[in-house]
Amino acid sequence: MAFEYAPAPESRSIVDIAPSYGLFIDGEFVEAADGKVFKTVSPSTEEVLSEVAQAGAEDVDRAVKAARKAFEKWSALPGSERAKYLFRIARIIQERARELAVLETLDNGKPIKETRDADLPLVAAHFFYYAGWADKLEHAGFGAAPRPLGVAGQVIPWNFPLLMLAWKIAPALATGNTVVLKPAETTPLSALFFADICRQAGLPKGVVNILPGYGDTGASLVAHPDVNKVAFTGSTAVGKEIARTVAGSKKKLTLELGGKGANIVFDDAPIDQAVEGIVNGIFFNQGQVCCAGSRLLVQESIQDELLESLKRRLSTLRLGDPLDKNTDIGAINSAEQLSRITSLVEQGEAEGAERWSAPCELPSSGYWFAPTLFMNVTQAHTVARDEIFGPVLSVLSFRTPDEAVAKANNTPYGLSAGIWTEKGSRILAVANKLRAGVIWSNTFNKFDPTSPFGGYKESGFGREGGRHGLEAYLDVR
Amino acid sequence: MPTTAHTLTDVAASESTLRRFLHGLPGVDAVGLEARAASLGTRSIKTTAKAYAIDLAISMVDLTTLEGADTPGKVRALGAKAVRPDPTDRTAPATAAVCVYPDMVPAAKAAVAGSTVKVASVATAFPAGRAPIVVKLADVREAVAAGADEIDMVIDRGAFLAGNYMKVYDEIVAVKEACGASARLKVIFETGELSTYDNIRRASWLGMLAGADFIKTSTGKVAVNATPANTLLMLEAVRDFRAQTGVQVGVKPAGGIRTSKDAIKFLVLVNETAGEDWLDNHWFRFGASSLLNDLLMQRQKLATGRYSGPDYVTVD
Repeated sequence: MAFEYAPAPESRSIVDIAPSYGLFIDGEFVEAADGKVFKTVSPSTEEVLSEVAQAGAEDVDRAVKAARKAFEKWSALPGSERAKYLFRIARIIQERARELAVLETLDNGKPIKETRDADLPLVAAHFFYYAGWADKLEHAGFGAAPRPLGVAGQVIPWNFPLLMLAWKIAPALATGNTVVLKPAETTPLSALFFADICRQAGLPKGVVNILPGYGDTGASLVAHPDVNKVAFTGSTAVGKEIARTVAGSKKKLTLELGGKGANIVFDDAPIDQAVEGIVNGIFFNQGQVCCAGSRLLVQESIQDELLESLKRRLSTLRLGDPLDKNTDIGAINSAEQLSRITSLVEQGEAEGAERWSAPCELPSSGYWFAPTLFMNVTQAHTVARDEIFGPVLSVLSFRTPDEAVAKANNTPYGLSAGIWTEKGSRILAVANKLRAGVIWSNTFNKFDPTSPFGGYKESGFGREGGRHGLEAYLDVR
Repeated sequence: MPTTAHTLTDVAASESTLRRFLHGLPGVDAVGLEARAASLGTRSIKTTAKAYAIDLAISMVDLTTLEGADTPGKVRALGAKAVRPDPTDRTAPATAAVCVYPDMVPAAKAAVAGSTVKVASVATAFPAGRAPIVVKLADVREAVAAGADEIDMVIDRGAFLAGNYMKVYDEIVAVKEACGASARLKVIFETGELSTYDNIRRASWLGMLAGADFIKTSTGKVAVNATPANTLLMLEAVRDFRAQTGVQVGVKPAGGIRTSKDAIKFLVLVNETAGEDWLDNHWFRFGASSLLNDLLMQRQKLATGRYSGPDYVTVD
C-alpha cells in the first residue's frame, strides 16, 4: 500500500460570501450609478461566488470626491492618530486571517497553504510596518515636514489581491493620503472584505474607497483630474497606457509591471536547496508572480544533474483543490490567463524548445496547467523573452559568470533575479552586475515589508515597501 | 555529484582522495534546508492516511532501552511489548526491533523469539565511541555471536572533526566485516556533535561508502538528536547514493521523536524526499522509546474516537 494523503480541505464555512456586493464609497456600500454588475467565479471550480457592482465613470467621480473631502481631515490628523487606525486594521486582519485566506483561495484559485502561510501574514505585516512610520515621517529622509499628495488612485492585479492592496493602501494612509482603489475584475472579493474591515476599525468615511470593475474603470480612475497620485501594478502593456494618460499632468506615478526574472545556478550551488528555490521561484502562486524566476540559467557542468533533480521534484508537486492543505499547485486565475499560457507554450514547442510537463492529473472543471519546463531554450525563443505569467520555466545554460550576467540582463524587464552559489564573493560580484530591482541569493520569492521592491526598464519605476515606499506618497520636491 | 559511479570505488584509495570527494559534495544551505523541512512539516495527514502512517510508524520503531540500570527483566518486558505493542488490540503491528546494550542481547533474543522482531545492539563503545578499535570490534563480535541481527555503531567523531576521514572509514569497514553476513550495520554519526550540515552530508557519504546498511542520526545521549532537517539531509544522501551506485541504504533518526505528530512528519519527509521505496521498516526506522506509546494512544483514538490516556498502554 502506498502512503496516499487523505484530502484535508480547509472549511469553507468560516467565510460568509454574500450573493451580491456594492461599491464601497464614502464608508457605504452602494450600487453602481448605471446599475451594472459582474460575476466573480472560483477558478478551481468555475462556481459563481458572488455578483459585484461594476463602477463606471460616474462612480469614480463620486469616490474621488469622497476621498478628496476625507483628505482634509485625514491629512490633518497627527501621525500617531493615523497609526492607531492602521494598527487596528492590522490586528483585525490577523484576527480574520483564516477567513480572509479561505476567501482569497476561493476567489483567486491559489492554494490555501500560500494564502494562509504567505499572503495573510505579509498583509498584516505591511499594515503594522507602515503604521510604525505614520508618526515618524519627518525622520524618513524626505525633508523636515513631508506632505501627503492628496487622493491616490490605485489599480491592483489579481495574482495577490489582498497583498497588493496592502502594498498600496498601507503606505498611502500612513503618509496621510486618501485612496480610491480598483481591484482586478477576477478577484474583487477580498478588497470588499477589506472595506468591511475599514468600517470595523472605525476608519473615517471616504479615506478608503473600493471600486470593483474592469479596465475601463481603472482608466477613468487614472484619468480623473482630481487624482494626485496613480499607483499601478499589472501588465507592462497597461502600464504604458497609464504612463501615456498621466504624462503632462501633475500626477505622480509609480508602476510595478512585468518581469522575466533570471535564476542563476552556479556549479558550486547547494543543489538540493537550489532545486527548492527554483520551484519556489516559478511555481509559487502557479507562476503568476511578476518577479517569478521564470528563466533558469544553469551552469553547463551541472545542467543534467540539476534538471534530473528538478524533474523528480516537480513530480512530487501536488496539484488540485486549492482548499486542500496539502495542495502545492492551485488553479490558474482565469480562462483568459489559461489560454494565454497555453498559446505561449504552444509557441515554445513550435519554435523547437523541448517541453516537459509534470505527470499530474488535472481536475475536469476549472482552469489548470501542469508545472512545465522548457529545455534547450535560447535567448531567441519567445519563452525566454515574453512573460508567460504561469507555471512554465525556461531553462538556459551558461559556461562563465560573464555569460550568465549577459544573458540575465538581456531582457526588456528588470524586476528580480536569483543567484545560487556557496561562494559569497561571487554572490556580491554577480549581484553588482545584474540590472534588477530585487536580487535574492540562495533563496527566491522572499518578501518583507521593510525591503523595497520595484523594477528597472519595462518592469516599471518607483519602489514599494520599506522606507523607500513612503516616497511615492509624499511631496518630496 | 562530483564523480561518477565507476570512480566511486577509488574514492577511498587514500586520505586525500577521500577528502577531495567528501569536500566536493554539494554544499548545504542551512536556511533552505530547514525551510524545506518545516514546509513538509505542514502537510496535513488525516483519517486513512493517518491510520496508515501510525501503523507504519509502529512497525518502524526500534524500541530502545539504553540505561545503565537495564536488567534482563526490563529487556524481557520490552521484548514482549515489541512483539505485541497493544495487548488490547492484536491488529497493532509489531515493532521493527528492540535495541539494547550488547550484554542484554541474549535476554532480548529470548524475549522476541519466534516473532519478526529483530534484536539490535549498540556495540562499539556506545555512546562515546572512545575505545581502541580492538575493543570496539570485540564488542561487535560478542553482540553478533549472542544473536544480534543489527549492530548500531557510533563513529569516532573526534577523528571526523579532525579531518581524519580515513580512520573513520577504516573503522566502519572493520566493524562491517565483524558484523559478518548475518547482521546489518547501522552507523551513528551523532549529528549534534558534527555541528554543520555540510559535515552531516559528508558523514552520510562516508558511512555509505564504507558499507553502512543504515545511517543513523544520533545516540539519543546528547542535546541535539534527530531533527527534521538533519533527517531530510540524510534522506537526500541515501537517495543520491542509490541513484549513483544502485545500492539502497536505510535511514534511522533517533532521539527526541516523542509524538505521533512528529513521527508522521518524518514519514512525510521520507515519502517526499527519498520516496516510497524507503517507506518500509527494512529501510527506515525510528530510534525511540517513548514514541511507541503515543502512537498506540493515537491508534486507539482513531479506532474508538476517544483518547484513552497513558494508563491504557503499557509502561514497558
